[in-house]
Amino acid sequence: MVAVNCEQVWQEISNYIDGEIDPNLRAALEDHVGGCQRCTAVLQGTRNLVRLYSDERLFQVPLGYSWRLQRRISATLPGRRGNSLGWLVAVAATALIVGGITLANSRAAAPKVRSVHAQIGRGVPATLAVIVNNHGKLFHVAGCPFLNEKDGTRTLTAEEAEHEGYVPCVRCMAKYLGQVAMNWTKKAWGIVSA
Amino acid sequence: MKGSPGLDTQEQALIQQIQNGEPDKFYELVKPYERRVYTAAFAVLRNAADAEEVAQEAILKAFANLRQFRAEARFSTWLIQIAVNEARMRRRKDHAEIMEPIGEHQDEEGTYTPRDFADWREIPSEALQRAEVRELLLEALASLGTKYREVFVLRDIQHLSIEEVADSLGISRASVKTRLLRARLMLRDLLAPRIAEGRFSREPFEKGNKPW
Ligand SMILES: [Zn+2]
Ligand SMILES: [Zn+2]
Repeated sequence: MVAVNCEQVWQEISNYIDGEIDPNLRAALEDHVGGCQRCTAVLQGTRNLVRLYSDERLFQVPLGYSWRLQRRISATLPGRRGNSLGWLVAVAATALIVGGITLANSRAAAPKVRSVHAQIGRGVPATLAVIVNNHGKLFHVAGCPFLNEKDGTRTLTAEEAEHEGYVPCVRCMAKYLGQVAMNWTKKAWGIVSA
Repeated sequence: MKGSPGLDTQEQALIQQIQNGEPDKFYELVKPYERRVYTAAFAVLRNAADAEEVAQEAILKAFANLRQFRAEARFSTWLIQIAVNEARMRRRKDHAEIMEPIGEHQDEEGTYTPRDFADWREIPSEALQRAEVRELLLEALASLGTKYREVFVLRDIQHLSIEEVADSLGISRASVKTRLLRARLMLRDLLAPRIAEGRFSREPFEKGNKPW
């Protein structure tokens, strides 16, 4: 077997990690690394960093990126209508009890949301940063007393939260929804204040 | 995604539909790659706001030039190419490289010699949930010279093949490999001492701290 020195090992480390190396060279390299502390450190460290950087969680696109992109495409391309928020549909599918406010029989009461969408959308920007509890069902604005922070929380946009199946907390979203939209929401979903 | 060269038939059908007057299908076509387009732009620009703007521009440009797309290439590679070019144009325009990045003027052909041999024991991937660890990794990456950063991001973060990286950046496969090796070794030199000592704090990589 050919012997390699430290410099040769460093030159080949990338190919070695990627598995793009001639078997003979691989054997020689492994033989050297086995007895060389410096090369072991370099190889392990390089491997570790490649693994860490390849993790999806490291590199996150900005909040709302996807939504803004769709918006931009819709606005620029011919023949495409604006994309509106669909979280109220998600509300319809989920029966909820929030504090003293009950969403009664919401499954059956799926209303026609389109007509009032613009109205609702004006009040609650899809890019609004909201907070969700990992085990909860609602999204909140920061500081909402109904947000349970015990199980860990995440921040994302209203639109992303909605995509993940979260629905707005009626308490803290009220100020964003505005009174008109709020009344509409309550009426539409059969919410009865306790 | 790797290992299926050429255009996938679903993409081909979408492109066809878009060209036949259904532009609303365009988002469906680019959606699987929107993240990659952003990351590619970020790799060049190192700034989230600029990267997002460039990503949008690149995607709109792809729509405008869809007829020029040749089916021999992969759509994703073509799209990333556009993003990289847009980002490079933006960088030149803005003279964004005020701080001289590490390794920019190093001789690409010379052998890179590791400077630090700290024992970097494997850290659990849960560590990435810690903001300090993520910051440390991103900061180290940002401090690399552009040509190394571009290759590293496309290859080790986006997982493009060597060939795709070469096509996206318009450089040879050999250059991709050389730059990738160097990027990895430089990053290791930057990170090993801190990670070995468990120092994830956000001290900047000051001049004196740099191993080169
Ligand atoms: Zn050695
Ligand atoms: Zn709330």
